[in-house]
Amino acid sequence: MITIEKLQKSFGKLEVLKGISLEFQRPGITAILGPNGSGKTTLIKSILGMALPDKGRICFQGEDIKGGWAYRRQIDYLPQIARFPENLAVKELLRMIQDLRGGQPDAERLIRLFALEGYLDKRLGTLSGGTRQKVNLVLSLMYDSPLLILDEPTSGLDPLAMLHLKELLRQEKERGKYILITTHIMSFVEEVADEVVFLLEGHIHFQGSLRELKEKYAASSLERAIASILQEGKLAFSSNGHGEKAAKLVLGG
Amino acid sequence: MFKILKYSFFDLTRSRWLYIYGAFYFLLTVSLLWLGGGLSKAIISLMNIILVLAPLIATMFGVMYYYNSREFTELLLAQPIRRSHIFFGQYLGVACSLAISLLLGVGLPFVLYGIFNSAEIWNFSMLLLVGLFLSFIFSAIAFFIALRNENRIKGFGLAILVWLFFAVIYDGLFLLALSLFSDYPLESFAIGASLFNPIDLSRILILLKLDISALMGYTGAVIQNFMGTLLGMACSLGVLVLWVVLPAWGIKWVAVRKDF
Ligand SMILES: Nc1ncnc2c1ncn2[C@@H]1O[C@H](COP(=O)(O)OP(=O)(O)OP(=O)(O)O)[C@@H](O)[C@H]1O
Ligand SMILES: [Mg+2]
Repeated sequence: MITIEKLQKSFGKLEVLKGISLEFQRPGITAILGPNGSGKTTLIKSILGMALPDKGRICFQGEDIKGGWAYRRQIDYLPQIARFPENLAVKELLRMIQDLRGGQPDAERLIRLFALEGYLDKRLGTLSGGTRQKVNLVLSLMYDSPLLILDEPTSGLDPLAMLHLKELLRQEKERGKYILITTHIMSFVEEVADEVVFLLEGHIHFQGSLRELKEKYAASSLERAIASILQEGKLAFSSNGHGEKAAKLVLGG
Repeated sequence: MFKILKYSFFDLTRSRWLYIYGAFYFLLTVSLLWLGGGLSKAIISLMNIILVLAPLIATMFGVMYYYNSREFTELLLAQPIRRSHIFFGQYLGVACSLAISLLLGVGLPFVLYGIFNSAEIWNFSMLLLVGLFLSFIFSAIAFFIALRNENRIKGFGLAILVWLFFAVIYDGLFLLALSLFSDYPLESFAIGASLFNPIDLSRILILLKLDISALMGYTGAVIQNFMGTLLGMACSLGVLVLWVVLPAWGIKWVAVRKDF
């Protein structure tokens, strides 16, 4: 579905992605993990063609996405920060996206699921954070595209909405979709993810199944495994640059 | 692209400012026609106002619309739509809504006054045409500047500066150059210089049409010799078209290279 080759991306002097190669060739849920600012959103935006790579290549269904746009018809995207035209009513926004994108979306079911019926006539600017996120979810899940990219879908959701989200993801997965998710909630990852990709300092530090991750780091929980990656990453990082001395100090070497 | 144009257009028709802008033209034109005495006088007064106001309002609308619709833009960028279509659609939405304000605000009173039965119809058409050109040109420049500047204060400031340059500073420099080098033949310089300023070019086009280039002095006469001809007129209009195409091309150039 997606092949990423040696993707590099900087913003000014800040190198965010330093040559990332990844493949998503099996349907299922992949969690992209990493600390704040590690480039998860940048990676996702690169796949969508919103951030443009400096070097490297991204292929979607075998075709380079550079300059393309029609491939986005195959992708449903939930942005990390739900930014909507504030003056529009929820209903108007839904209608607008449907009009622009065409096709036959199924918003009704999701509106009912997230109990948004009462908000349809409200202006987006007046919604609470969690309600905005629910609208965001409806917008991105109402189409039936083969690839789903959800950037922090859990943020701001109440427990009930969270349950619905997990259930939705399970259903979509069973229907053979490719799903990419970022989140900082490890229990959520443990519950839904099949695969994990761990981004750190612009590199991929791990890609594999949850079980492999725990085995590799001999950890009882995902959180512990990640703590180990972070530690390993710190050493790797400090030994390839100025931090060498500091690393020796820490290691007592 | 037309869908985006449509949404931008309807978005803007909710804006109070667009109506204020149209209403201002309407009241102004009505008072100039009925109180000021006569078509040709009204056309000249309107020319002086439109040459300054149309670029200014187009600049402000262009910049503000770009920054205010960033959320909409972000939503669109994740959809299966060409990037250039998103930004052209928005730009054309701004330009068309300004054009319609101008057309209705200035056009209606003239139609009521009976412009169609008057010999002034061509002068009036030239005035409107030039006003439309200026709206398209300056909203494109404003959009281009806003696209290049994430910081809205900086973008706004730069865009206003560009307007100020073409509306005021340019003429000052031009006059300065004329007086400094008054011993030299400056005809081609004068013609050249006016091509690089869409506002000057517009003014010349109208004045030529009005046949009062004597008002512009010696260089005016020279310019008339060149631009008064059909060829000159066609050239000037061609340059105005270029003034629309260049910033529009710039919008595309920046848009396809920008990270969102
Ligand atoms: N448009 C931009 N211009 C400049 N810097 C940017 C831009 N977008 C992202 N960055 C920087 O790139 C780095 C990676 O950002 P990114 O949003 O990809 O992180 P993330 O992994 O999604 O973090 P989080 O977990 O907080 O969402 C950050 O340091 C951020 O400041
Ligand atoms: Mg992020």
